[in-house]
Amino acid sequence: MDRRNFLKLTAYGAGAVAVPMLAPFGAPQAAGRADTLLVVVGSTVNSMDIHRAGTNRPSYAIAVNLYDRLVGFGTKTLADGTEMYDYQNLTPELAESWAFAADGTSVTFKLKPDAVFWDGSPVTAEDVKWSFDRAVSVGGFPTTQMRAGLLEKPEQFTAVDEKTFRIDFLRPSKLTMPDLAVPVPIIINSKVAKANATQDDPWATEYLHRNPAGSGAFMLERWDPGQQVVYKRFDDWKCGPLPGVERVIMREIPSSSTRRALLERGDADISLDLPPKDFAELMASGRYTVAAAPIENSMIAIGLDTTYGPFQDKRVRQAVAYAIPYEQIFKQAAFERGIPMWGGASFEPADISWPQPFPYSTDYDKAKALLAEAGYADGFEVPFAFNLGFAQWSEPMALLVQEGLGKVGIRTAVEKVPGANWRTQVLIEKKWPMHIKNFGGWLNYPDYYAFWVYQDGRLFNSMKYRNETVETVTEEALHLPVEHPDYAPKIKQLIATFFDEVPLIPVFQPYLDVAMQPNVSGYKFYFHRQLDARWLSKA
Amino acid sequence: MARRSTVALIGGRLLQAVPSIAGVIIVTFILTRALPGDPAVYFAGPAADAQSIEQVRQALGLDRSLPEQFLIYLGDLFTGDLGQSISTGRPVVEELIRRMPASLELTFLALLFSLSVALPLGILAATRPNSWIDHLCRVVVTAGVSLPVFFTGLFLVYVFYFILGIAPSPLGRIDIFYLDPPHVTGFFTIDSLLAGDIDTFGAALAQLVLPAITLGLFTLAPLARMTRGAMLAVLSSDFIRTARASGLSRPTVLYTYALRNAMLPILTTLGMVFSFMLGSNVLVEKVFAWPGIGSFAIEALIVSDYAAVQGFVLAMAFLYVALNLVIDILYTVVDPRIGLEG
Repeated sequence: MDRRNFLKLTAYGAGAVAVPMLAPFGAPQAAGRADTLLVVVGSTVNSMDIHRAGTNRPSYAIAVNLYDRLVGFGTKTLADGTEMYDYQNLTPELAESWAFAADGTSVTFKLKPDAVFWDGSPVTAEDVKWSFDRAVSVGGFPTTQMRAGLLEKPEQFTAVDEKTFRIDFLRPSKLTMPDLAVPVPIIINSKVAKANATQDDPWATEYLHRNPAGSGAFMLERWDPGQQVVYKRFDDWKCGPLPGVERVIMREIPSSSTRRALLERGDADISLDLPPKDFAELMASGRYTVAAAPIENSMIAIGLDTTYGPFQDKRVRQAVAYAIPYEQIFKQAAFERGIPMWGGASFEPADISWPQPFPYSTDYDKAKALLAEAGYADGFEVPFAFNLGFAQWSEPMALLVQEGLGKVGIRTAVEKVPGANWRTQVLIEKKWPMHIKNFGGWLNYPDYYAFWVYQDGRLFNSMKYRNETVETVTEEALHLPVEHPDYAPKIKQLIATFFDEVPLIPVFQPYLDVAMQPNVSGYKFYFHRQLDARWLSKA
Repeated sequence: MARRSTVALIGGRLLQAVPSIAGVIIVTFILTRALPGDPAVYFAGPAADAQSIEQVRQALGLDRSLPEQFLIYLGDLFTGDLGQSISTGRPVVEELIRRMPASLELTFLALLFSLSVALPLGILAATRPNSWIDHLCRVVVTAGVSLPVFFTGLFLVYVFYFILGIAPSPLGRIDIFYLDPPHVTGFFTIDSLLAGDIDTFGAALAQLVLPAITLGLFTLAPLARMTRGAMLAVLSSDFIRTARASGLSRPTVLYTYALRNAMLPILTTLGMVFSFMLGSNVLVEKVFAWPGIGSFAIEALIVSDYAAVQGFVLAMAFLYVALNLVIDILYTVVDPRIGLEG
């Protein structure tokens, strides 16, 4: 390049750049809008395969929309008109019908005769068997989830004939059937998968990670990691009414302000993952449909390490429970997007509903009295951690808790733990004496919650809590049917123990909020918190 | 003669880069391992138990000793394999190839915008010190550097998209109802022109405008200040006085003599600003859903995705070496006294 030319380019030529920038903005094309749903999400899908190690929670949406299971959950309508899945009601998906053996040791499924995969090949019992074998064999999360329903070994699964599939129980459990309807036991096209399996990778995890092979209501049209996933309707879907929209674009928009602007401008049809404050405001505006469903079997709570100095004393834990400014947290941190879990009537639970309000409310005098009784009249100091990944509500909550505890002399040092370190520090190392936690159980039973959170040694028992009653009663109740006469008394006994011992101080049961344009209908809440696009339509 | 010198210069520079790159490889490897957080725990998923965490650890090769991991990593590097990003499940090379052009395109346009404002502003401010234009320069520069990027970004989105509705929806590189142009360079504007698709070119450019301005505003300050300072120094020197006394026209004095001599510090600043912009425009990427390299690196860092972090740092190191080389060559173009000997 000649020197003079170079200088001209920078000095004069730079001005010319302004010209295209002033050109009118390209107007978005309206074509294709009517049968396409644009969903803006804050999270990123990192795999097409829920069985792969490292697949994150947002990717469960792929298992929900692109694959079928043997069974699904029905629908129930809440008092405010919000539709949600019905845990009590298992409905056919790929299975047309099922029957339990007379001796109660197995269940046999009849597959839908005309069900086909996207490539046109029929769905056979062999495919089901292969998929179930895979889920219990690959290890990691899918295997753990299958084990929760006592689905543990390939020998339990038999392809009786082309359309008949049998599961042999290790022992009867009420958790087995609902565990078949969670996102994990998807039915994969085993012919396609086997063709792409290798010696080192017999379950074709590399292939299925990028290329889904299912029979679900939607097929994958595009996946640009970090940008978008596009579903396209599978017109030969046999497991339910055809979806109301032809295409669903799940576009990742990291900034929640931008997601809200896109909804308010009318460009996005559905906005997910908005902070509670935005939802409260969008709801108040009355111009959008805001579906709010309480997340079942889930609570936002404060966990206390029961092996940590003062917290070893039950009275200190109760004192903390009396010194939480519940009302303020609910209003200022949660923007009332939830159900209060404080102020229960009695230490004796009236029923076995879960979660239910704990019998504590803000009462600083009572807290002080309890502390004095336990020998901590002058209070003490304790580190208090929250997950930075949920800072939008957990940071104000932490500060309010700090303020409340300060009034009874408990000094808290608030620590922000980055989201990725949270699991290691809180769940594996269990190193935070006091922390905010939000666990939710997929299978909706109090004993299932107790199994994950209250039993000694469990991953989510970050309170290091151990109580012999809880250990034995949880074990006894876990696989009992709900109708069993012993079930309710056992659950009441568990809940009464949780009330009295409070290793975990619940504050509220959160809502899962979704904001939509008024012309979108068919939204249904699911325990897995992902958008099930199969029932959505657009007027 | 000049040609051979340039080749020698490039060769010398590349040789000098070898130790730095080696250093970068070692340091990033050690630093990523020193990160808090255990990737095996994170990637084992929400309901994993000790057994499945161990399975994941083995699958990731993290059960091996550090020197062993390092040797494997080196071996892979020599075959051009940067490893697999565990969070996205794709080869790191693929991720970088896909995301780098998005960042580069945005950064180039932002720099062009920044230059087209900063250069004239700086020159005008230098030729008329303490006039209103000098004060304007000061105000623009202060505002540009003191407003946080996410604020400017959200503000521009609010005004031009939300209120006025003239900007396209901030949905990333291209509006959802356009298809990506066929991949040649990865720059959507260039690729769409190569494909002769003016519609897509317009759509891609429209998506670029707001994020580029947001990013550009932030870099106005160093460029304008440097232009003003360098021009002031040159304009007061003897040879300019001589040129003026000889009756040369004002533009000739200003652009041919003064600006050329003021160009070196501006170029230096440009190089620094460019590399700084590439890595640090995460906030712009978040607000405009831009699938760039910055947010990829941050996400990888947060989840201790070793291969991705190492790949990112390495790519940036190479880019930086290349950039310095280009700047050095440009020096020799601007000022023939520089570079040919050393």
